[in-house]
Amino acid sequence: MDAKYARRRRANKIAMGLCWAAAAFGLSWLAFILIELIWNGVAGLSPAIFTEPTPGPGSTGGGLANAIVGSLMMTILGVCIGTPIGMLAGTYMAEYGRYEKLAGIVRFINDILLSAPSIIIGLFIYEVVVVPSHHFSGFAGALALAVIVIPVVVRTTEDMLLLVPNPLREASIAMGMPRAYMIMRIAYSAARAGIVTGVLLAIARASGETAPLLFTSLSSPFFSFDLGKEMANLPVVINNFAGSPYENWRQLAWTGALLITFAVLALSISARVLTREGAQR
Amino acid sequence: MNSPAMTLQTPEAVTPPGPEKISVRNLKFFYGANLALKGINLSLYEKHVTAFIGPSGCGKSTLLRVLNRMYDLYPNQHAEGEVLLDGQNLLDPHQDINLLRSRVGMVFQKPTPFPMTIYENIAFGIRLYEKPSKSEMDGRVEKALRGAALWEEVKDKLHTSGLGLSGGQQQRLCIARTVAIKPEVILFDEPCSALDPISTAKVEELIDELSSEYTIAIVTHNMQQAARVSDYTAFMYLGELIEFAGTNTIFTSPQNKRTQEYITGRFG
Repeated sequence: MDAKYARRRRANKIAMGLCWAAAAFGLSWLAFILIELIWNGVAGLSPAIFTEPTPGPGSTGGGLANAIVGSLMMTILGVCIGTPIGMLAGTYMAEYGRYEKLAGIVRFINDILLSAPSIIIGLFIYEVVVVPSHHFSGFAGALALAVIVIPVVVRTTEDMLLLVPNPLREASIAMGMPRAYMIMRIAYSAARAGIVTGVLLAIARASGETAPLLFTSLSSPFFSFDLGKEMANLPVVINNFAGSPYENWRQLAWTGALLITFAVLALSISARVLTREGAQR
Repeated sequence: MNSPAMTLQTPEAVTPPGPEKISVRNLKFFYGANLALKGINLSLYEKHVTAFIGPSGCGKSTLLRVLNRMYDLYPNQHAEGEVLLDGQNLLDPHQDINLLRSRVGMVFQKPTPFPMTIYENIAFGIRLYEKPSKSEMDGRVEKALRGAALWEEVKDKLHTSGLGLSGGQQQRLCIARTVAIKPEVILFDEPCSALDPISTAKVEELIDELSSEYTIAIVTHNMQQAARVSDYTAFMYLGELIEFAGTNTIFTSPQNKRTQEYITGRFG
């Protein structure tokens, strides 16, 4: 018996050790990336980053103002387009279509969309928006980001609504509440933290995407609020600048990467906090 | 355990029964092709408590859920026959279903407070049907909470979340919420099965008080509870109504052998 017990303890220790090692291995790369990013990115942080547009080839100085504004505008517009569509589709699947075949089909297609390579989404918007309109534009970029956002929001909305206990629905209905009213006032309210988390994660996802913007908004060296023209944005600027021969461009790419990473980190942390608050209530 | 019959000392509850509030006529209920209720005939008398007892799967909850057409939420479930509420067939497809549910309220097995404040839990339901002023609303909320014997416990925290209450308090909040919209009938689907004995006693007491104003139907697994709270008891088995009579009759001198076996704990 003792020998058996000792063997189990040994096996347990080895398994634990392997788990620790695997976790440490994964985390160390993350830490490595973050440290490298901070190390290289912080050096370029200055007010000019937020006030000056990207510099031309060979010129000195410059900032990322046009890319930051472009990224914010396209991401916000994309999320504003994608969130209602995603929420409505998710609501249909969880509430109205729960027992219907169509919901299953929508879920399947949504899962495909969720894992579709983002460059394909970029090409798709290129074909249906950019080619007919004959020019790249911020709108096309926002649309491409919306297509990234939709499946994420559909998925979280459905999942979160499915977590709302059915007796709560029945109790609302049993008071004579019309179904739509029940969904808006009771189900959404019970699932709010989860849905908001999903939207935040979708924003995080969209704000870091490069591929869908390469063929849609392209990029631009000029500061502009005009969504009708090609528009600068952080991911594409990073992509263009990181491999360039100019020292100041490469520095701007590092700083831009730092900005995106910390924006996404901040969003993820707020998503976490919201979920936890939701769970406590 | 004592035989439930031992707990009964009151004389035969109510004769004559008074007017019928709900009359179930040859009710059949289907889950898909599966016949769950096999032609039920039963009357719920106005301002009396009727208990449905029987082993799991006998159809008692199904019957209850026909009375406010809760089954409408699910495809593949349908009912045949007639259920008359004040003489009107509520299975009629033209029946306004939200109106029906405002007349026939329901309290569920697990407490289901809405994710909002205690005050809003009650005010919300009232606002579905009426637009009272702020002061009127305050009065209605207080009245409902008093009616559910909850006021004293929550009057200082009306604007905190209803989810912060204990299970028993949550269940009484649900009863208050149901009562607040002034239904005529209240259905209780095993309202105490998730509660501790003290909360159970409070809810039972409440049901007793409510029966002076409302027609009540209660599904319960607990035979003592049926004996304590109800005036009439229906014993169901495998989708059929085996015996329906005054509660005392059912528990002291059941006519049917299966009823007797069930109430004496020989099966179920």
